[in-house]
Amino acid sequence: MKNEINKAGSPLEVLVVSTGTANTASVLSAFARLGAKARLSDEPSAIRDADYVVLPGVGDFGAASMRLEQSRMREPLVDRIAEGRSTLAICLGMQLLCDNSEESPGVKGLGVVPAAIGSFSEPLRVPHMGWNRVDVEDPGVLESGCAYFANGYRLASRPPSWSAATTSYGGTFVSAIERGAVLACQFHPELSGAWGEGLLSRWLERGRGQA
Amino acid sequence: MLYPRIIPCLDVRDGRVVKGVRFANLRDAGDPVTCAAAYRDQGADELVLLDVSATPEGRGNALEVVRAVRAVLNIPLTVGGGVGTVDSAVALLDAGADKVALNSAAVADPSLLSKLSRRFGAQCIVLALDAARSEAGPPWEVVTHSGKRRTGKDAEAWARRAAELGAGEILLTSFDRDGTGLGYDLELIQAIANSVRVPIVASGGAKDSRHLAAALEAGASAVLAASILHDGETTVAQLKSKLSLAGVEVRP
Repeated sequence: MKNEINKAGSPLEVLVVSTGTANTASVLSAFARLGAKARLSDEPSAIRDADYVVLPGVGDFGAASMRLEQSRMREPLVDRIAEGRSTLAICLGMQLLCDNSEESPGVKGLGVVPAAIGSFSEPLRVPHMGWNRVDVEDPGVLESGCAYFANGYRLASRPPSWSAATTSYGGTFVSAIERGAVLACQFHPELSGAWGEGLLSRWLERGRGQA
Repeated sequence: MLYPRIIPCLDVRDGRVVKGVRFANLRDAGDPVTCAAAYRDQGADELVLLDVSATPEGRGNALEVVRAVRAVLNIPLTVGGGVGTVDSAVALLDAGADKVALNSAAVADPSLLSKLSRRFGAQCIVLALDAARSEAGPPWEVVTHSGKRRTGKDAEAWARRAAELGAGEILLTSFDRDGTGLGYDLELIQAIANSVRVPIVASGGAKDSRHLAAALEAGASAVLAASILHDGETTVAQLKSKLSLAGVEVRP
């Protein structure tokens, strides 16, 4: 497989945060195809110590946020993102990094990205479901391409100190942000074909130095 | 731009693809994993897997099929057919489905939609709506149990209700056109697309790329294709290049 990054040595270990609401099988199988060893966990200490952590995302902002709180996963996630350690947040995961969301008024996100998540404006079809262009001005781990989305809410503008990819639906919204080894995608890299696999393997490569 | 999706549909019974998929270059066209990988390589934007097993043993096999297909599939996977309870939907999602489609069970108990949607989010829950033109009453009525039961329920009203309850997409099959090759029921697509804000996947009746283009023009966000692909008449890649020549932008 052309995107497989682990040609020799022991497989990279990726810890996928179990948020209880998300269907995580797609994420686990995507990393398996890349030759990495991915497993689910809701152990705060494991999340603190893992070389790579994925915060996946399907579900409801309020329910997922509550689950992170109850399982004491909030602090280790906030810490590792603040320290710039390899962390990938997908879809709702990206939204959870922000301060709050119109989806669940009054519920606090992780607050590591100073922004609020809002809804798409009428009269667009919602959820924003399917493949859309992702445009990156300044390629890093993120590159331009086509990605699969399934989201009802979105980040409207680039948060300070993060580089961003944008996508157009009605207007332009922020479809991914990256800083150091922290990557957050509104789309699903695990469902975005060979392009998505390329992105996941670049993210793994990016973290190799620190892992 | 959001590209329209071209979605092949595999009917699986007791772990095997049925309805005679005929790929020119496949040794085993009955193996769901082989078929899924072939459609992935042709440029399919998503895959729908419909479990048409009639027995509990067959349904058990379906979970195995979902796991095996998931392992090779790097595009979204929707699974439907016989999803009757919250638990059976959860089992399919755990096995690797990205979305589950509910049909007869949602008609019998609409609260299934809201229960699943609250837990997994609307983008995970698809209403499979089979509609037939009716003689009297509403223009289209909901049919269930693979068309065996006519419910008399207004299809447009049911679509609206399901979206309110939390279905994030509607897989709309025209019972009248399914398998005919006469093209999608465009008036039905228009009527449902105008009734709800969620995306519509059109199904039933496609024979060629012009039918696909017409369905998208009528308001569908995606088109399901089964027999034209299975019969080996065409491939997803060929359909996409024809659509593209006709001015419909598709995912490259």
